[in-house]
Amino acid sequence: MTETVNAKGSVPDVAIELKGITKKFGTVVANNNIDLSVRRGEILALLGENGSGKTTLMNMLSGIYRPDSGSVFIDGKRVVINSPEDAKKLGIGMIHQHFKLVEVLTAADNIVMGAEERGVFLTRKRFEKTREICKKYGLNVDMEKYVYNMSVSEKQSLEIAKVLYYGAKILILDEPTAVLTPQETKHLFEILRSMRDQGCAIIIITHKLNEVLEISDRVTILRKGESVATVETRNTNANELTELMVGRKVSLAIERPKVKVGANLLHVHHLTIENSDGIEVIKNVSFDLNEGEILGVAGIAGSGQKELCEAIAGLHPIKKGAILYKDENIERRTPRELINLGISMSFIPEDRLGMGLAASLDITDNMMLKNYARGKSPFVDRKTAGETAKRIVKSLDIVTPSINTPVRRLSGGNVQKVLLGREIDASPKVLITAYPVRGLDINSSYTIYNLLNTQKQNGAGVLFIGEDLDVMLELCDRIMVLCHGRVSGIVKASEVTKEQLGLMMTRLSESEVEKNAG
Amino acid sequence: MPDNLNGGGISAQFRAKEPPFRVVKRAELPLEKLILFYVISVLVAVVIGGLFIALNGVNPFLYFKEVFSGCFRSGVAFRGLVRIIVPLLMVSLGVILAFKMRYWNIGAEGQLIMGAVFATWASRAFPGLPTPIMLIVMAVAGIIGGGIWGLITAFFKCRFNTNETLFTLMLNYVAFYIVDYLRNGPWQADPGFPGIGRLAANSRLPQIFRLDISWIVAIVLVFFIYIYLKYTKQGYEIAVVGDSISTARYAGMNVNRIMQRTMFLSAGICGLAGMLKVSGVVSNYTLDTGIASGVGFTAISVAWLAKLNPFGVFVVSFLFGVLEKGCSVAESTFHLSAAITQILQGLILFTILGSDFFIRYKLQLTRGGRKLNEHNN
Repeated sequence: MTETVNAKGSVPDVAIELKGITKKFGTVVANNNIDLSVRRGEILALLGENGSGKTTLMNMLSGIYRPDSGSVFIDGKRVVINSPEDAKKLGIGMIHQHFKLVEVLTAADNIVMGAEERGVFLTRKRFEKTREICKKYGLNVDMEKYVYNMSVSEKQSLEIAKVLYYGAKILILDEPTAVLTPQETKHLFEILRSMRDQGCAIIIITHKLNEVLEISDRVTILRKGESVATVETRNTNANELTELMVGRKVSLAIERPKVKVGANLLHVHHLTIENSDGIEVIKNVSFDLNEGEILGVAGIAGSGQKELCEAIAGLHPIKKGAILYKDENIERRTPRELINLGISMSFIPEDRLGMGLAASLDITDNMMLKNYARGKSPFVDRKTAGETAKRIVKSLDIVTPSINTPVRRLSGGNVQKVLLGREIDASPKVLITAYPVRGLDINSSYTIYNLLNTQKQNGAGVLFIGEDLDVMLELCDRIMVLCHGRVSGIVKASEVTKEQLGLMMTRLSESEVEKNAG
Repeated sequence: MPDNLNGGGISAQFRAKEPPFRVVKRAELPLEKLILFYVISVLVAVVIGGLFIALNGVNPFLYFKEVFSGCFRSGVAFRGLVRIIVPLLMVSLGVILAFKMRYWNIGAEGQLIMGAVFATWASRAFPGLPTPIMLIVMAVAGIIGGGIWGLITAFFKCRFNTNETLFTLMLNYVAFYIVDYLRNGPWQADPGFPGIGRLAANSRLPQIFRLDISWIVAIVLVFFIYIYLKYTKQGYEIAVVGDSISTARYAGMNVNRIMQRTMFLSAGICGLAGMLKVSGVVSNYTLDTGIASGVGFTAISVAWLAKLNPFGVFVVSFLFGVLEKGCSVAESTFHLSAAITQILQGLILFTILGSDFFIRYKLQLTRGGRKLNEHNN
């Protein structure tokens, strides 16, 4: 061990240190000779593009993968982490992007479930014991509440409480803010700061530079599987971080080209939709989408965005109201007729694959998903699809061994590019895109923004369902805010602030909404 | 604060625990290597099976020699082999259509029977037809009979989301007892004796190389299914539905129609196999309860071992045919139990499925815990 600076007696200052970590998957080098260290009472941000190896590295710390070479030191002692169980014993806790909770159990039960408590029966004591942890770190979780009743932010707090209960002193968070509102993010950061002040070492993975600058003490940047730099947050800025991450200068401003708004494309008229459980998730929603504009849809995850997208694409029944495309009611049209009319929908779900791509088919086959049926021949036209695939792989820098690689083998970001590339390549009239940059790195995100702007300039109407309000404020022309399935306002993006949007998403009162909308 | 984390206990506890092997993901294997892996796993199965045979007091080398010669020593032997392979090959080709769509059709047995029933009906209903026309009518009837038996399950799955695994399985028994009813009732040939008479001469398949022409149908079908799945729009639809139903809907596909059509086709091929069987030498031109004789279930193993590839199905059916024909000869030569064949088939299934692990992963030696100790001290 090298720098064992003993600030507090025998306890070394560095909580966790990685030296020369290398990990290969087949022929792909995910991590190459990575060095990283986190001090006690410090928040380290891990920054890097998609596929730069962040998640792989953290998975090795939490015992899911094992490194091919290199060593891990905890409190200055070399350790080998063979399983998540080992990681737990070493005090490493990971909060995954997708929560690992049992929906039908209470918060407390989710915590004690993995804690190997003594005794046969569950007692009331578990509620008190778990509450203590929450109190200590300022977590706001009702321990008797069932997980299926919880909001995303509550679930996340519960995940944090869980690893703290197991005695975690080193906490890893993988894109924790991706699903939170600005207010919830603020609250999360308060919790993280309180944990830091109590001596925890925290590693946070995020793509959002403003958050990195706000919360972290130091930043380690990964590029193509290597650790290229570690900088003190107070000595850096967004531009420098981007440059380190991408390897060259990148402009961070999102363009909003001025385009003359054309004719009305889509008119949604007092639309009400039920989800598959028969609960109304979209209530009396009305809006217009015109040629040459990007209309953003903001709202907490699960505010009916998915059902709205599906209804316009003809995949979900409408309960009340109507959807007009160029003044024609499209309720009775089949999905294929809508595709042929030029209505394109790309919904990027959390797992990025669910709808829109066939994961086990290759890129070429996925290119012809929507137009394979054209023409009278009984055979598919793989030649044209192959050309489309090549074109898209090239123009969007999709990292893939070949166009014959099954989509499921690509990394998340590349999967998304395949999907969006196909949708945009068909030059639709109405482009509905939900979470197109979900989990994408800066470079790819900007590629997508540019593509959307190109569509807008070509006269398409773009419905952009997003989660990053900063981006929506810069990219969209107008923003419609959804709250509990209702429209709480449609505002001009240039005339509203992020805080106002956040308030509208959680909705205060009708009058407030009207004020915001005006 | 982190006083419970200092001290050397932690690393001492963990450094010795590194296992001697590590499972590492492999790069994609080329086709030759893949085939090599399968050949090795079959050999492993043969070795284990050989040990088992040795335990029964028979020299395994002589046993396997007998298995081989039981299939290839004479024209009669080889024709016997082909008669076993043809129905298995056809039914396996039928079920891969459904399996590609992730529709668990385990009702090939019943679909084959119903194909045979409909074909027999056609033969009895239009007695005067000339042979070629009669055979075409019977083939169509067989496809429809089997097809309907499959379509029923798809219809209910699309309409009421019923479980196709149970449904197709149960219809096997219904088909079986329909034959039982027919041979004791309306189609009974001799009063007091259960059995349906042999088909008339105009309903029997013509012969080539002293084999009825069903083997030609089967080989044509291999290419047909390959092209259908790989190059046609319908084949593409099957692949997409099998991958994700929501993606198929998103792409504008009519999932219900695709599911019902594919299932009709899958079961129709099984029905055609039934028609060919009932009008061939192998059944003595007779419909009876044993017409399917478990082919519909063996076909499931064949389809999976072949990874749902039509040419793979050809190879695997051939292998299974050799095992069945050769082992039955060897059994009688050495007075062994008929169960031995099934044990060997099971072993092969087991080793080939097991080899999948080694195709995807390899074991790598780790540096072991000792070296780590030195480093730390």
